[in-house]
Amino acid sequence: MSSNKKYWKSVEELNQDSSIVEALRNNEFVEAIPTDEFLGDESTLAASSTTRRDFLKYVGFSTAAASLVACEGPVIKSIPYVVQPEQIIPGIADFYATSMFDGFDFANLLVKTREGRPIKIENNTLEGAKFSANARVHASILSLYDSLRLKEPKMQGKTASWNTVNTKVKESLADAKAQGKQVVLLTNTLASPSTEKLVGEFIAANSTAKHVVYDAVSSSAALDAFQAAYGERGLIDYDFFKADTIVGIGADFLGDWQGGGYDAGYAKGRVPRNGKMSKHFQFESNMSLAGAAADKRIAMTAAQQKLALVHIYNVVTGANVSVSLDKKFEAEVNKAAQQLKASGSKGLVVCGIEDKNAQLLVLAINSALNSEASVGAGIRQIRKGSNEMMNQFLADLKAGSVHTVIMSGVNPAYSLPNAKEFVDGLKKANLSVSITLKEDETALASTIAIGTTHYLESWNDLMLTKGTYSLTQPTINPLFKQTKQLQEILLDWTGNQTSYYDYLKANSGTYSSGMSWNKIVHDGFAVGTPATIGTASADFGSAASALAQSAVKVPMELVLYTKTGLGDGQQANNPWLQEFPDPITRVSWDNYVTVSKADAEAKDLVNFHVANGGLNGSYVTLTVDGVKLENIPVIIQPGQAIGTIGLAFGYGKKAALKEEMQVGVNAYALYKNFNNVQSVSIEKTAGDHEFACVQLQKTLMGRGDIIKETTLEIFNTKDAKEWNIQPMVSLDHNPVKAVEVDLWTSFDRSIGPHFNLSVDLNACTGCGACVIACHAENNVPVVGKSEIRRSRDMHWLRIDRYYSSETTFEGDNEKKDGFDGLFGDKGSLGGFGQLEHASENPQVAFQPVMCQHCNHAPCETVCPVAATSHGRQGQNQMAYNRCVGTRYCANNCPYKVRRFNWFLYSKNNEFDYHMNDDLGRMVLNPDVNVRSRGVMEKCSMCIQMTQLTILTAKREGRVIKDGEFQTACSAACSSGAMVFGDINDKESKVAKLLEDDRMYHLLEHVGTKPNVQYHVKVRNT
Amino acid sequence: MKKVGNHNSISRILLLSLAVMLTFSAKSFSQEGDAAAGKALFNANCAACHKLDAKMTGPALRGVTERHTSEWLHTWIKDSQAMIKSGDAAAVKLFEDNNKAIMPPYPQLSAEDVDNILAYTAEPLPAPTVAAPGAAAQGGGADSGSGVSNAVILGALALVMGILVVMLFLVSSVLKKIVKANGIEAIHKEPTMPIWKAYAKNQFLVLVTVILLMLSGAWVVYGYLMQIGVDQNYAPIQPIHYSHKIHAGENGIDCKYCHSAARTSKNAGIPSLNVCMNCHKSIAEFSGDPDSTYVEYSKEFYTAEIQKLYDAVGWDKDNQKYTGKTKPVKWVRIHNLPDFVYFNHSQHVDVAGLECQKCHGPVENYEIMKQFAPLTMGWCINCHRETNVKMEGNEYYEKIHAELAKKYGKDKLTAAEMGGLECGKCHY
Repeated sequence: MSSNKKYWKSVEELNQDSSIVEALRNNEFVEAIPTDEFLGDESTLAASSTTRRDFLKYVGFSTAAASLVACEGPVIKSIPYVVQPEQIIPGIADFYATSMFDGFDFANLLVKTREGRPIKIENNTLEGAKFSANARVHASILSLYDSLRLKEPKMQGKTASWNTVNTKVKESLADAKAQGKQVVLLTNTLASPSTEKLVGEFIAANSTAKHVVYDAVSSSAALDAFQAAYGERGLIDYDFFKADTIVGIGADFLGDWQGGGYDAGYAKGRVPRNGKMSKHFQFESNMSLAGAAADKRIAMTAAQQKLALVHIYNVVTGANVSVSLDKKFEAEVNKAAQQLKASGSKGLVVCGIEDKNAQLLVLAINSALNSEASVGAGIRQIRKGSNEMMNQFLADLKAGSVHTVIMSGVNPAYSLPNAKEFVDGLKKANLSVSITLKEDETALASTIAIGTTHYLESWNDLMLTKGTYSLTQPTINPLFKQTKQLQEILLDWTGNQTSYYDYLKANSGTYSSGMSWNKIVHDGFAVGTPATIGTASADFGSAASALAQSAVKVPMELVLYTKTGLGDGQQANNPWLQEFPDPITRVSWDNYVTVSKADAEAKDLVNFHVANGGLNGSYVTLTVDGVKLENIPVIIQPGQAIGTIGLAFGYGKKAALKEEMQVGVNAYALYKNFNNVQSVSIEKTAGDHEFACVQLQKTLMGRGDIIKETTLEIFNTKDAKEWNIQPMVSLDHNPVKAVEVDLWTSFDRSIGPHFNLSVDLNACTGCGACVIACHAENNVPVVGKSEIRRSRDMHWLRIDRYYSSETTFEGDNEKKDGFDGLFGDKGSLGGFGQLEHASENPQVAFQPVMCQHCNHAPCETVCPVAATSHGRQGQNQMAYNRCVGTRYCANNCPYKVRRFNWFLYSKNNEFDYHMNDDLGRMVLNPDVNVRSRGVMEKCSMCIQMTQLTILTAKREGRVIKDGEFQTACSAACSSGAMVFGDINDKESKVAKLLEDDRMYHLLEHVGTKPNVQYHVKVRNT
Repeated sequence: MKKVGNHNSISRILLLSLAVMLTFSAKSFSQEGDAAAGKALFNANCAACHKLDAKMTGPALRGVTERHTSEWLHTWIKDSQAMIKSGDAAAVKLFEDNNKAIMPPYPQLSAEDVDNILAYTAEPLPAPTVAAPGAAAQGGGADSGSGVSNAVILGALALVMGILVVMLFLVSSVLKKIVKANGIEAIHKEPTMPIWKAYAKNQFLVLVTVILLMLSGAWVVYGYLMQIGVDQNYAPIQPIHYSHKIHAGENGIDCKYCHSAARTSKNAGIPSLNVCMNCHKSIAEFSGDPDSTYVEYSKEFYTAEIQKLYDAVGWDKDNQKYTGKTKPVKWVRIHNLPDFVYFNHSQHVDVAGLECQKCHGPVENYEIMKQFAPLTMGWCINCHRETNVKMEGNEYYEKIHAELAKKYGKDKLTAAEMGGLECGKCHY
């Protein structure tokens, strides 16, 4: 190990006597085929009426019958278009630029369509397209084909015609107007200038109406602070690339903090250039993606975070607000504050504490620093919700003073802490209308439920950041004819006869900055002059003291967060997202309470592995202010701040969800006052929960040299040989590089392209966009919770997460040598104990692992039927129709990247996910085979994409430029961690990366010569 | 797999005789002008929108000289729009009656040309031939005639055989009588072992036979199994009888005019019906030469098939309008590769420049489309081994060609040498 560190994936591995870890390490397939189950029971066998001869007769008969049936070929019908649209050529993909915002996620996109159906989300790579797709946006294409979408308007649960519904609503609106009673239009943040204009017209037409904006996961504190400082509601669109010192306080800015989408800028600054990279301090309670990427992560409670923020405020601005920061954090907080101050305009503080004062201090500190990343940044308009207005609305509703409620894009009956009160209040209203994609909890509680269109079926415009204009265009006709988008409905209800398309087009001129309509539709956005912010001014001093006083220590803090997979829970019926393993815990199909090891021991909570490798955990009951949430499973999370627990939103939904997806508990029930930090009491309850956790699966047989990392100091000062050690072997008693010893005659790969995929461990934030993009591109099946638990996941690309102790073993030795006496700071009595807290605050490294496409592939030599073979372009090819399913290849793969189809996953009622219904299958990529049962599969390095690139170049008679070759994962990677290309093109990016000092191959000493490169992780400690 | 037998075409001769009638009375009409020259001019200038006997974009033109005066027609043809603008009642009515389709002006036609065209339109409709019933009867006669001749031959042969058998019996009985009369005893031989017993006793022979039987059995079974799923010569009945022979053969339409996607896409594409309508908007009935050897069905049959197209695409040929009522055609797919094979037409058609016929056979001779090639992997691979890649003039191949040529020491390289045999090139 280059850095002399110990890496582990699960707390279980720290337990030296764990037999299960050993078993998982040594067996590719944890469970033996259960022959005993049907052969071991002799009494049943004896009692069976089927004799051996009968059995053979049946076998003979069915074989004969099957072969007879096979003789008659099926008659296949082909139906061409009657009038073929000019732009559609069957077999050729069309791309449409669009933009999306669903109230939570947002991105500038290119949508790939085949024969008129959208099949994949790509990033819009035109210059000026700001936001790339995260895992959920990539998966949103499958939510379009959700078979449980609300397909027609319903009144009191029964299908109703549009006429009836419109008349009823118009009557109610007129009635409210006549009586002077309140009409409320409750929506998610719209961020759309045309829709907002339309809403304005609706309000104007109904004098008693008001518009309430509600974000399920509130950013109200930050919005309020921004409003206080700049006079409008918005969020700062930080440019993390411009910051050299980043201090994050409870802000998971690589996750969903203030909408997320900061990874690209952040990752750019994290790759060492000219010996420099940004330095990142993170103070937080839950282990988040941002915390995982930090150079220095300090786990502390939310109360301590507030104090730390005030302390930093003191240091940077020279103020003197008294703070009582815990002694053990003082040094680190001080160090961060000093470094921040020293960085000046290259420093940046971000904070996720839901407290207006805290958010004001952030503005104060960044203004005092004159931070380039913040001052002069754009204004995000993707969150507008106001807790105050929402509370007022809820009070009005409760009092029965709301006459008509029209809701769109929100599901308060699920996402409000006092959902029951809301549902009761809704009954008091004369009419409640829910305009929604799904017949969710709110739709069921409303008088009228109206099915709306998915963003891929709608026209809209967006202003994600102030001054930039993006368009949403439909890529398919509405799948359900009786659905209408909100804007069409509002136009109708305001008596406007124009279609929304015309309305939008007429309105776009104001924002298009001189670009023609066609050009904006083509590009997906108009590059305007974005508005920027200056330095903030408000009463920061009193905010600081108020914040310092509000930091009250409670016995246990509950920190609510959103997971990378489900986010706020809108797409809970999306099997890709349910099966997506959380980047940190590696648990899929669940939410859970994360607790620190110390707290777990105190409460007698355990995690343990059972014989098949599955993870089990204790249950707890959480109580917040009298509200109980029962039977929540527990995950012991390394790095969780002691005295805090974490719980994710988005789960525990029941309405309009397939049974398999009704997992987890609804954390919104504990979201009191829209504050993500709550005082909680935790109690163990009986029973064990069975997780579908992949963290111990697919381990690399206990081999070393998997993750290589070093520090910036060593990287800058020492030779690459020292921190990127080449494995050596003995040949004729002389040490030679392992890669130079060769039993094989090598392929000639000098002619034509030779593909390499490069993964930079420094830039990878573990966001998982690549995993979902791979699913969409390669028709990877979803296998469900119980199969995942059995290590039968089908992910072609997994992101391994490794923990390591922060201190090196050398550091431990130094400390041990420095012991002086039994007691005191250097006392050995306490000192030895300190050495052992490996899981208290670990460092984290992410490593995406897919098929390494070895030039000397161990899988190829063991295949008895030559189903897997090598191509001269560097791809390890898998011929599914040739595979007989011996699984030798998976056993012989040192990287554990081969996946076996234990079942038929399409058109099988046992696996009722998207491949089991006609609608869901529309997302399948027609260029890639859907694998059948008994077949091995794995990453193909997107050979269908590389072949298409080659063919296009051949047809156009030109040489391929660098950057044209892409894989689904490299195209989805917005942080720049994954680069794909041809190393025979010496000028290509990936060829240069191959020569980089940081480059290494996974398990180099095995001699497989992979075509996937990794780049040593450098930490700026 | 069903195949279509030869259609029982009876009245081919009937059709042949129709054409003869067309060359009647060229100058019998009072109109001046040369009808033969007029026909050429008509086909060059007017036929895109007009027919003699049926309405197209414009009205049917036979006997137009009886509907309008010659001067009126001259003015109209020279510049119809000017005439409409001038408010000529007949012109305006004509314009309105024909969906306000604008007839382009023809200033390039001289007065003589117009006269010639008008002479052509003035020719009377040729009377249908009366020979039809006779021809049909004759056809039937000829049919049964050939049947009789075969029977006669067979009967004669049977008769000869019968006579021979009778003669043998006669000879035999005569001989027996002679034997009896002469009192000669027939010689009785020692009963020998029957040949089958002798064979069964010879184990070597039995073994050899069994082995031979097993081998041939295995060969038959193997051959049978190997053709499962191979649909060579599959020629299903299609919902519309589309004749490649007429379109690609006789009319010489390029394959890629209809299957245009073959140039750009992985699918060659079954043409959408709007492509058919590019021509069939003006070809409402089969007008092929009944003399031609390619016509295998009656004129009415083909015209009915065109009508099927109109029904599918929703074209009202009488009013020259789309009705908007469409019925997509459910063609029966002939060439069907399994899902686990990726094949791209544009790679072969556009990049490699292969003729469609190389894989699809002489389609221009097919009255009924069928699968020409077996479409097995062996067939694909074989071609990849034998076919040289067309690299000339393609910049993509320049560097690759230079390097490969050096490696293999030859200028021409096969697809296999390019890596065209790798599994992953077609299976993913």
